[in-house]
Amino acid sequence: MKILVNGAWRETHSSELARALEELGYGASVVSTAVNGEFVAASQRAHTVLADGDRLEVLAPMQGG
Amino acid sequence: MLQVYQTQLRSRLMLGTARYPSPAIVAGAVRAARAEVVTVALRRESAGERAGQAFWSLIRELGVRVLPNTAGCHSVKEAVTTAHMAREVFGTPWIKLEVIGEDDTLQPDVFGLVEAARTLCAEGFEVFPYTTEDLVVAERLLAAGCRVLMPWGAPIGSGRGLNNLFGLKALRAHFPEVPLIIDAGLGLPSHAAQALELGFDAVLINTAVAQARDPVQMAGAFAQAVEAGLAARQAGPIEPRDLAVPSTPLIGTAFRG
Repeated sequence: MKILVNGAWRETHSSELARALEELGYGASVVSTAVNGEFVAASQRAHTVLADGDRLEVLAPMQGG
Repeated sequence: MLQVYQTQLRSRLMLGTARYPSPAIVAGAVRAARAEVVTVALRRESAGERAGQAFWSLIRELGVRVLPNTAGCHSVKEAVTTAHMAREVFGTPWIKLEVIGEDDTLQPDVFGLVEAARTLCAEGFEVFPYTTEDLVVAERLLAAGCRVLMPWGAPIGSGRGLNNLFGLKALRAHFPEVPLIIDAGLGLPSHAAQALELGFDAVLINTAVAQARDPVQMAGAFAQAVEAGLAARQAGPIEPRDLAVPSTPLIGTAFRG
C-alpha cells in the first residue's frame, strides 16, 4: 500500500496506523499524527486504518517563534 | 507577578527558540533571558534524522514552560488541527494561535483567528492569539474566550519596534485588565523597555535575540530592558510637555537683581 508520509510517497505493509508508524521508523518517537488533515490522537492509532493514497502527517517538536 | 490563565509568571520576557546558530546557544539564551516561557512549534519529523526528539530533550532539560504555536498555518482548519497535535505532544492547553493572512507582512488573518479562537477556547484550550492592535478584533477575541492577547509590535522578524504607538496605547487603555503581550517585530532592548513602560505586561522576542551577533549577550540585554521598563511603569513616569521646566530651583539664583 502506498501512502503519502509528510509529503513523500512511502510503501507500507501495515494498514493499522500504530503499526505503520513503527514500520516507517517512528517507533519510540514523540510525534503527533494526522490522517487526511484530521488529527488522530495517540490513543486512537491502534484503531485507525489507513487506505491506499492516504495522507499521513507525522509531526514532532521543533524550534518556533 | 503576571497572571496568564491560571499561571503566575515572574519573568516578563518570553523567548522564541527558532533561528539560533546552535542548540547550545538556544539554551544559553533562555538562561540569560531568565525566561520562564519559550515558544515552540511542530514540524514534519524525518524518521531518519529525528531532529525533533533531540530538540524536545533540550527544552525539557531547561525546565521552562512551553507555549506551542501554530506558525505557518493559513487556515482555521490547519490551525485547529495543529493546536490539537501540539496539545498532545507538548502536554499543555496553551496555544499561541497564529492564522497568517498575508505572506509579505505575516499579518494575522483576524477573521480566521477569531473563528479558530472560538473553536479552541470551547475545547478547553488556553489561547494566546497573535493579533493586530485592532480594538474590535480584540473585543471579538475576548468574547471568543481568550484571556490574553498578543498584539504585534511590527511584522514578524522586522525588528522595527512598536510601529503603531497610537493604536497600541489605545489597546492598552481600552483593556486595562487583560494581559497584553507584545509579540513580534521588536528589534532592540529599548523597544522592549518601551513596551513595558507603556504598560504592556510582557514581550515575546525571537529573531532580535537569535540573529544577534551574540544571542546570549543580547538575551541578557533584553532581560535588563524588560526589568527596567517594568520598574519605570510601576514608578509612574512623568508626562512629556512642550516647554522647558527648570529642574534647579530658581530661588536664590546668583547675579539676579
